Amino acid sequence: MTEKPEETPDETPEEESLPAEPEGPALPPAHPSRRGMFGTDGSGDTSGYGGLVVRDTSPTRGESTPRPWADEFEQLDDQVGSALESAGQSYDDAVEKVIVDRGQMTIYIKRERLADVVKVFRDDPALRFEMCSSVSGVHYPEEADRELHVSYQLLSITHNRRVALEVACPDADPHIPSVTATYPSANWHERETYDFFGVIFDDHPALTRIEMPDDWPGHPQRKDYPLGGIPVEYKGATIPPPNERRAYQ
Amino acid sequence: MSDVTFSPADEADDPYAGVRDTTEGPVYTVTGQDWEDVVGAAAAGEERVVVNMGPQHPSTHGVLRLILELDGEIVTEARAGIGYLHTGIEKNLEYRNWTQGVTFVTRMDYAMPFHNEAAYVLGVERLLGITDDIPERANVIRVMTMELNRISSHLLCIATGGMEMGALTVMTAGFRDRERTLDLFELISGLRMNSAYIRPGGVAQDLPPGTVESVRDYLRWMWDHIGEIEAFCNENPIFKGRTVDIGYLDLAGCMALGITGPMLRSTGLPWDMRKSQPYCGYENYEFDVPTTDTCDAYGRYRVRVEEMKQSLKIIEQCLDRLRPGPVMVEDKKIAWPAQLAVGGDGMGNSLDHIRHIMGESMEALIHHFKLVTEGFRVPPGQVYTAVESPRGELGAHVVSEGGTRPWRVHFRDPSFNNLQAVPATCEGSMVADVIVAVASIDPVMGGCDR
Repeated sequence: MTEKPEETPDETPEEESLPAEPEGPALPPAHPSRRGMFGTDGSGDTSGYGGLVVRDTSPTRGESTPRPWADEFEQLDDQVGSALESAGQSYDDAVEKVIVDRGQMTIYIKRERLADVVKVFRDDPALRFEMCSSVSGVHYPEEADRELHVSYQLLSITHNRRVALEVACPDADPHIPSVTATYPSANWHERETYDFFGVIFDDHPALTRIEMPDDWPGHPQRKDYPLGGIPVEYKGATIPPPNERRAYQ
Repeated sequence: MSDVTFSPADEADDPYAGVRDTTEGPVYTVTGQDWEDVVGAAAAGEERVVVNMGPQHPSTHGVLRLILELDGEIVTEARAGIGYLHTGIEKNLEYRNWTQGVTFVTRMDYAMPFHNEAAYVLGVERLLGITDDIPERANVIRVMTMELNRISSHLLCIATGGMEMGALTVMTAGFRDRERTLDLFELISGLRMNSAYIRPGGVAQDLPPGTVESVRDYLRWMWDHIGEIEAFCNENPIFKGRTVDIGYLDLAGCMALGITGPMLRSTGLPWDMRKSQPYCGYENYEFDVPTTDTCDAYGRYRVRVEEMKQSLKIIEQCLDRLRPGPVMVEDKKIAWPAQLAVGGDGMGNSLDHIRHIMGESMEALIHHFKLVTEGFRVPPGQVYTAVESPRGELGAHVVSEGGTRPWRVHFRDPSFNNLQAVPATCEGSMVADVIVAVASIDPVMGGCDR
C-alpha cells in the first residue's frame, strides 16, 4: 500500500487567466450557483466555456423597478401611499421595494409592518383588497439573511385587480406576523407555509402542520430537504432517482 | 370520572380496539359487533362526544377527515383534517423540466385535469413572455377542453352529492353523462383523465379527425339530458328538504374565508374570472354567469346546473371558432419538437418525424434531443396566474430562477381554501346535513392535498 502524497488543491490559475471585468456600469452580481455555459455539473467540461460567469438578472432580487410603469400600477402605488398615510403609517417605513414585472406588481413589505399594512389594503376604500387568495413560500438559500420569502396574492373584487405582497425573513429567525386577523382565509395557507418551509407566523391561532403528519421532522419544500427516491431497474439498466439525474441549471 | 367497563374480547389482539384513557378522556374505537358496549359507555355519563368521520368514509369525497363534536344529533363543533392525500407534487416539479411539470399537475385535482394544466401552463407562458403568441386554434381547443371538463366535474359533484342523499338515479344519470364527457377527453388527448394535454406553448397535438362531429353529438345529448337531472332534483320535495337552507354561507362569510366558485355565486355575486380577468380568449365568447341568492346547498346545485348549460354554449361557439392552423407556438426553442401519432403499438412519435430526425437532418435530431432531455430555459422571475376552475379560483404561483426546471410552483387550490368553510357551514346542523354541506363545497382531496 503506497500512501498518496497529499495534493494541494489547484486554486488560482483559472481565475488569473480570465480577462478583467469590463469598464462601464456595474454588472449585476454573479449568480451564486451558475457557472459555465451549459449549466451542467459534475461532468468534465472540455469546451473551454467553464469559466463563464452567469449574471443574476432575477427581478425578484433587484432594486425597485424604476418608473414609468403601466398606468394601473402607478395609480395603485400612489393609492397605497395615500392610504398608508391616512392610516397614520409611513410608506417608506412599510414598503421595501416595488417590483413590476410581466404585467404584475409585487410590493415587498418590511416584515414587522405586515400585519398593519394588510389591514389598510383590505379596509381602505381605494384599495379594498377583500380577499387573500393565496399564501405561498419560496426558499432562496443563497440570499443571505433573506432566505425565506412569503408571498400573499391579494384580490380586489371591487376594483377587479390583483397585487402581490412579499415578505422576506432570515432562516435564523423565521418569524413573520400572521395576517389571519385581517384575512381569516389565510389560516390554512399559513399553516401550509409553516409546514413546508418552517416559517413561524406569529399570532396565528393554531399554527400546526396541515399536510404532513404532526410528528414529521423537517420542512419538505426547503431546498436543503432532499426529494428522496430509489434507483429503478428496468431491463438491466438502472435509472437513478430524479434528484440524482443530470440537471441543467 | 366514568367507571365504565368496556373490554371486547379481542382487546389483547388489537391495541386500538376497546377503550383507552387519554388526556381528553376515554377514547372508544368502534370495531363492529360492539354496539351494546358503546351505547352502554355513552349512557354512562360522558356528555361530550367527539366523532371522527373519515378519512376512510364513503361520504367524505376521498380522504377528508371530519372531526365532529356532537350533542345528540347536533354538531356543535366541526373541524376538517386534511393531508391524507399529500403527494408532494409541488416538490417533484422542482426536479423535472418545465414541460414534464404538466404531467404532474394534471394529477392534482383529478376531477379537473385540464384546469390544473391550464393554470400552470399560463404561468409558464407568462414567464416566457409568449402569452400573446399562442395560436388561436390552441386557445380555442384549450377553452373547449376546459369547458368540457367543467361539465364533467359538475356532473361528478351533483352525482356523488345526490348519491350521498340517497338519490341514486341522480348518481347513475350523472355518471352516465360524465362518461360521455370522458369519452371525448379520450378521443382528444388519448386519456380519460390525467391527460397532460395542455402544454407550454399550446396543446400536445391537434384534434383528431372526427372530433367536431363527436362534440356536436355530445352537445345534442347533453342538452337533452341535463334536463333529466333537473327534472329529478329541482322541485323534488325530498331533494329540497335535504338541501334548502343547508350549508348556509353568505357573502360576508365567503369574503372572509376567500371562497370562490359556485359557492360564492350562490350568494348572488357574479364573480367569475372568465368574465372579469379573461384568459385563453374567454373575452370572445358569449355566456352568462349564473347566480342564486339562497347561499345554501340547493342554490349551489342550481348554479352548477346552469353553469353546465353555459359551458355547452361556450363549446358550441368553440366549434364555430375552430379554424385550421398550428396548435403550438412558432418559436422552435420552446415548441415541443415531436409530432405524435397513433401507431401499431400505441401512441408515439410520428413516423414522419422519426424519418426527419433520423434520416434527413442532423440539426433536427440535435434540436429534438436538447429540447426533450434538457428542456427550455425560462427567464427568472415570478408570476401568479389564476383560472376559474369548476370549484373556484385555481391559482399557480410559478417562480423561475432562470433554469430548465421550476424553482418553486405553488398551487392555490380551491378545494384547499374552501374546506375552511366546514366549521361555518356545519356547526349547529344535524350530522346528516354535514354530508350535504360538505358535498356542496365539492372538495376534491387530490387537489386539496396535492
